[in-house]
Amino acid sequence: MNPIRFLFRRKGGKGWHWTDLVTWVWLGTGLLIMFGPALWLVLSSFKSPTQLAEFPPTILPYVSQTAEVGINGEVKELPLYTAVTEDGQVRTLAEVRRIGTVAQMVDPDAPDTVYKVNINDRRPVRQVGFEIENYLKPLQAFNFGLYLRNSVFVTTVATLITLLTNSMAAFALSKYEFRGRNGVMLLIVATLMIPLSVNLVPLYSVVSKLGLLNSLWGVILPTVATPTGVFLLRQYMLTIPDELIEAARMDKASEWQIYWRIVLPLTAPALAVLAIFSVVWRWNDFLWPLIVLSRKELFTLQVGLNTFAGELNVQWHFILAMTVATMIPVVVVFVFLQRFITAGIAGTGLK
Amino acid sequence: MRSDVKTWIGAGVTAPVRLLAQMADVPLRQWQRLAGRGGMIGFFLLPNMLIFGVFVLVPLGINFAYSVTGGTAVFLPDRSYVGGANFDRLLDCTNHFDPNSCRDDVFWIAVWNTVRFVGLQVTAMTICAMITALILNSKIRARAFWRAVFFFPVLLSPVVVGLIWRWILQRQGLLNYLLYQFDAEQVNWLTERGWAFTAAVGVSVWAHVGFYALILLAGLQAIPRDLYEAAEMDGTKPARAFWRITLPLLWPNLLVVIVLSLIRAVQVFDEVYVLTGGGPGTSTLYLTQYIYEVGFASTLRNSGVASAASLLMGGVLVVLTLLQLGLTRWRDRK
Repeated sequence: MNPIRFLFRRKGGKGWHWTDLVTWVWLGTGLLIMFGPALWLVLSSFKSPTQLAEFPPTILPYVSQTAEVGINGEVKELPLYTAVTEDGQVRTLAEVRRIGTVAQMVDPDAPDTVYKVNINDRRPVRQVGFEIENYLKPLQAFNFGLYLRNSVFVTTVATLITLLTNSMAAFALSKYEFRGRNGVMLLIVATLMIPLSVNLVPLYSVVSKLGLLNSLWGVILPTVATPTGVFLLRQYMLTIPDELIEAARMDKASEWQIYWRIVLPLTAPALAVLAIFSVVWRWNDFLWPLIVLSRKELFTLQVGLNTFAGELNVQWHFILAMTVATMIPVVVVFVFLQRFITAGIAGTGLK
Repeated sequence: MRSDVKTWIGAGVTAPVRLLAQMADVPLRQWQRLAGRGGMIGFFLLPNMLIFGVFVLVPLGINFAYSVTGGTAVFLPDRSYVGGANFDRLLDCTNHFDPNSCRDDVFWIAVWNTVRFVGLQVTAMTICAMITALILNSKIRARAFWRAVFFFPVLLSPVVVGLIWRWILQRQGLLNYLLYQFDAEQVNWLTERGWAFTAAVGVSVWAHVGFYALILLAGLQAIPRDLYEAAEMDGTKPARAFWRITLPLLWPNLLVVIVLSLIRAVQVFDEVYVLTGGGPGTSTLYLTQYIYEVGFASTLRNSGVASAASLLMGGVLVVLTLLQLGLTRWRDRK
């Protein structure tokens, strides 16, 4: 079949309709707008500061070529340019110095003749290349390694605690009949209405009274009792037949054993969804860590990155690289687990 | 072979957890014997409810107490009772539509900015999410891929979103380069009042539209196909089918999406804060940032006023959340 016809054939094989055009325009622009910015970020993060200042910008990152030139017995590393010299010839020259609009240039192979070239008549010789320094420097010199460790700690510990406490509560609320169960459920629903942004000020005083200011635990604890997590797990546990539990009780299993040997393994799919969400939530948290943490060495990546961007307004090459580094874990989650996440959202309206 | 390795690794990871759980069984069995099943229920509920209590309910109570006390002290006993003074300060206006006539003009600037933001953002979001969902639900190739495309920004952190767009919208950024390519006039996106507002709305729609499109898509996919087939057999035009079948059946989901995005938009903070810092001037200053600045960022922390403002915002959110819960139940019953 003709490849173009193949690409443009429609499911159902009927003729064209204006909605097809709308569909393709929407999807095409969508692809550009949704992926474009992140792609642009990644490409920019590999550019050198001089290249970032360039306008118009190039799409790919380039690295300028240099040559070792011996002048007066000294060997120097000089940038290479393609230049049009006074005699009208195009040469590849190394720039020794620049005075005003005139550049003094020499041929790397014959460094004795000096050419004077107007700076508008020369273009740098460069190749596609990546400025890895942008990534290495902040990790060593600006505490980013530390921020990374803090973020990983907060994310891991908070997710583990969330899974444990939420699943225990969900187990009690789904597998036991007791007085006040509806009250507890109502209480949890009520907390849905009080997002963190409403409780910021008093929560700060509670956390500070507990001595958790400037501690990663102060970031972790207020976030772990997620009402959505309890809901999600309870909903799932309700589908586990009670007969299984009765049978286990006959075999003299303790209630704790019923929880972790029978109910918990059967809830694995829901636990996985909650784990993924919790990891993304805690990794991305910004406002609360910003309030609790004021000591630099305790910053999480998000807070560190924001502070860094505020302080180093001009050093975009570092900021961009660190933004990419902060984005990587989420992109990994997206690539491998996107299917579970979308299924989780569609099923529960969780975010 | 590979699955063997996986099993071994899995066993290695779970073994310590199992051991811990097994060890916990000994004291817990004792507890069960002592306190009965009721005691075990308490045990299962305790950690979660304790955290709820300490970090959600107690602060909520303190919030009310804060809102009627003044001074700069953090701890309640050190604060003096001022009655409704904080609310008075916030609500005292000769004309509520004109922030300049209010005692706390910044609060009202934040209020009206938030109202404008919410109105524009929710409208734009709903329309974009709806179109995206309809297209993703139509007969297209590689649907999973396209769904992923629109979903991608949802997972990005607000700081990353803010910085990505700050980089693109800066004076010599990509967007101005594109304008330059088309010989259009370049714009200072983040330093002109009107454009900064538009940018804040646009970026926030960009970051969240995939989430709402996904919910709507789930709603669309739940509409039985045979309804459309029957309509087609009767010679119904697609547009009519949309108005008569799709929209009425999707309506509950659409309402849930609108209310959900309202709740989120009212609390807008992080990505806009990173993008514009509330500026230029106060043109993208929203309520949460007002609370943050009055309660934390300024040198004279005024917890009382910040709490009063939080409670006013909380009141709006409670109404919206009740609406959402009601709507969700109504949808799920339908």
